[in-house]
Amino acid sequence: MSDIFLLIALPYTALIVMLVGSVYVYGTQAYKVTSLSTQFLESRDLFFGGLFMHWGIVALFFGHLIAFLFPASVIAWNGNPVRLIILEAAALIFGISFFVGVVILIFRRLRNKRLHRATTDMDIAVFVVLLTQAVTGIWIALTYRWGSAWFASVLTPYIRSLFLMNPVLAAVSAMPLIIKIHISTAFLLIGMIPFSRFMHFLVFPVKYFWRPFQVVMWNRDRKLMRNSTAMTPEVKSRNN
Amino acid sequence: MDVRSQIAMVFHLDKCIGCHTCSIACKNIWTDRKGAEYMWWNNVETKPGTGYPNKWEDQSVYKGGWTKSDNELRLKGMDRKSTMANIFHNPHMPVMDDYYEPWTYDYANLFEAPAGDDQPTARPISLVTGEPIDIKTGPNWDDDLGGSPDYARQDVNMHDLTPAEKEAMFQLERMTMFYLPRICNHCLNAACVAACPSGAIYKRGEDGIVLINQNKCRSWRMCVSACPYKKSYYNWNNGKSEKCLLCYPRLETGQAPACMHTCVGRIRYLGVLLYDADRIKEIASCNEKDLVAKQMEIYLDPFDEQVRQAARKNGVAESTLESARKSPVWKFVKEWGIALLLHPEYRTLPNLFYVPPLLPAIADTSTGSYETTCASLWGGIESSRVPMQYMANLFTAGDTEKIREVLKKLMAVRIHRRGVTVGDLHEDECKQAFAETGLTADVADAIFRLTSLPKFGERFVIPAAHREEATELLENTADIKGNTGFGTLNTPQRI
Ligand code: HEM
Ligand code: SF4
Ligand code: SF4
Repeated sequence: MSDIFLLIALPYTALIVMLVGSVYVYGTQAYKVTSLSTQFLESRDLFFGGLFMHWGIVALFFGHLIAFLFPASVIAWNGNPVRLIILEAAALIFGISFFVGVVILIFRRLRNKRLHRATTDMDIAVFVVLLTQAVTGIWIALTYRWGSAWFASVLTPYIRSLFLMNPVLAAVSAMPLIIKIHISTAFLLIGMIPFSRFMHFLVFPVKYFWRPFQVVMWNRDRKLMRNSTAMTPEVKSRNN
Repeated sequence: MDVRSQIAMVFHLDKCIGCHTCSIACKNIWTDRKGAEYMWWNNVETKPGTGYPNKWEDQSVYKGGWTKSDNELRLKGMDRKSTMANIFHNPHMPVMDDYYEPWTYDYANLFEAPAGDDQPTARPISLVTGEPIDIKTGPNWDDDLGGSPDYARQDVNMHDLTPAEKEAMFQLERMTMFYLPRICNHCLNAACVAACPSGAIYKRGEDGIVLINQNKCRSWRMCVSACPYKKSYYNWNNGKSEKCLLCYPRLETGQAPACMHTCVGRIRYLGVLLYDADRIKEIASCNEKDLVAKQMEIYLDPFDEQVRQAARKNGVAESTLESARKSPVWKFVKEWGIALLLHPEYRTLPNLFYVPPLLPAIADTSTGSYETTCASLWGGIESSRVPMQYMANLFTAGDTEKIREVLKKLMAVRIHRRGVTVGDLHEDECKQAFAETGLTADVADAIFRLTSLPKFGERFVIPAAHREEATELLENTADIKGNTGFGTLNTPQRI
């Protein structure tokens, strides 16, 4: 029963909430979508905490994504034990970086009075989820070795089956509880996206790479105004 | 030629009395909110001094503005790639302690304190934490040279001064100061716009006002570090950056911005300048020694029929062109050439001009009396209590000749008016002053009139915004009747 709740109901709810919710929030309450930076109030600890946490989670996110999308290549890479160890060690290092970052950020929020004012209940929930994720992740890495190898045979089919709308729990329900917690917290995090500062990574500003430096906005389309006589026949509009 | 119109400003520093009325007017309208208490979109600094935020002009720390390297114009702080790499933590961003921690006082205690032997006091309470604080610094902590060893002596503009000049600036008998009111310059080559990863900051095409779209700001806070004037501020409560909006709702309804309307010294002028948007890049990236002259070149003559034709073709309204011809800014900047830019070397092409102040001359005490009369014609400038190099570092990217030229013009006006009103000056002196500065009696009188006796309508020539027509193009005005006004659709709230 609990498997069905944690591994089927929760993931689907979370994904739907995330998809519908973030489109809704972005569309109607764009004002709320920010990373809510606190660097202005405290900068030094954020440097360490923020960097460790972000680089850790970004690397881990892409790591998990690759393992899910290209399980065959990961298994092929792992064919050589040296390469397996390199991969596992790298993953663990990013995991520890993520964990250390989260811990620094939590202590930073606790220690600094100014930050108390900028911390909401949702921020606390965010840190609880991130800390759970970091601890369970490292725990799994240390006690259930070679995750990059068994991920492909156990989790990839499960996640794929979720996306194919035909959830298969066979392999995953045999997994230890800690792994199930790790999976469900991940989906919880996804479900929290529209309601928390997590929205900020959905709006990563890729456009900055190619947009022109100067942005000028016109009240009206100047070309249209110049050429059109539609709105004001005979008279060209006098607006700026 | 891509002619556009820009609302530009002149601040006449000789007239500023340092009363901070402008700052208060702005604060009352725009920044009296949680998260914005520390912001002064308009602030008035004492020079020499370190300003607000502390030492904002030190671009070796804050890395604001643009630089030219390898013949390329780039943001001094971070290019696109390193912006992305530093998006989790901005290495150049000022923090609250660089401004100050805002506070109020526990006034209630004055009424509610139990009877006792001592007078009750109102303790300062931080507006951030809500707890009592020890005030270490505040806005204008160095007002009128207060604490000058810590502030005035740390002024960033003293580079290239000889040690003797520096020392002399702080001798008790010689010390002097002037006020420098600052708002956002609504730059043509704005660094804040260029640095915003979300593209939330934009310049309005019609009047050149630079605004931050609050719905698009994602709190990456790159504008705060990129603006060399530190005129983009981060609201720690909403997670949004905010800046001076030149009171555009007032401008659109024909009123002067609040800081200018209230200005007690009547130092502020506002009007249209036409400029050539095609030349922004070329002029912003010219050689350092040409910067001052080149930046003046970008503004186009509104009396030139060719310019007006091009402007009309670009959709600039006839009423705007008329305002451009009446613009007091055009007169100060181009016709008379007595207004300069603050730190043109930041290459943002700012649109706030300053008429530099004529500073008191050093007194001669050798005769036993305190004698400030100068023997030579330009003695008042040559023996000014503030070294020319210092003024040049502020207003002309270090070019002392240029600042002298402007000061001489201002002095010539005074010599001429002294001749007219008091009549105790030799006529030759006046003639020589005119000959050396290229002024004439008529121009000098015009400068005098606009400086000392201008009416409200002469100080502020505000073009009609024609928002009504703009709105009609976009939507049926009947539909949105009753829907205008100031406010945010969503209450500012952290999630
Ligand atoms: C590549 C995409 C991302 C970008 C560009 C990004 C950027 C940022 C920025 C600018 C901040 C504000 C830091 C400050 O206080 O100044 C922030 C905070 C934060 N981010 Fe991200 N982030 C990204 C991905 C993520 C991910 C994937 C997570 C976790 C799932 C995450 C979790 C957080 C948390 C918890 C904070 C709050 C830190 C604190 O204030 O204590 N971010 N992020
Ligand atoms: S002065 Fe104003 S327009 Fe110029 S860079 Fe700073 S914030 Fe932007
Ligand atoms: S109100 Fe005018 S005179 Fe007073 S400080 Fe501001 S700019 Fe100067």
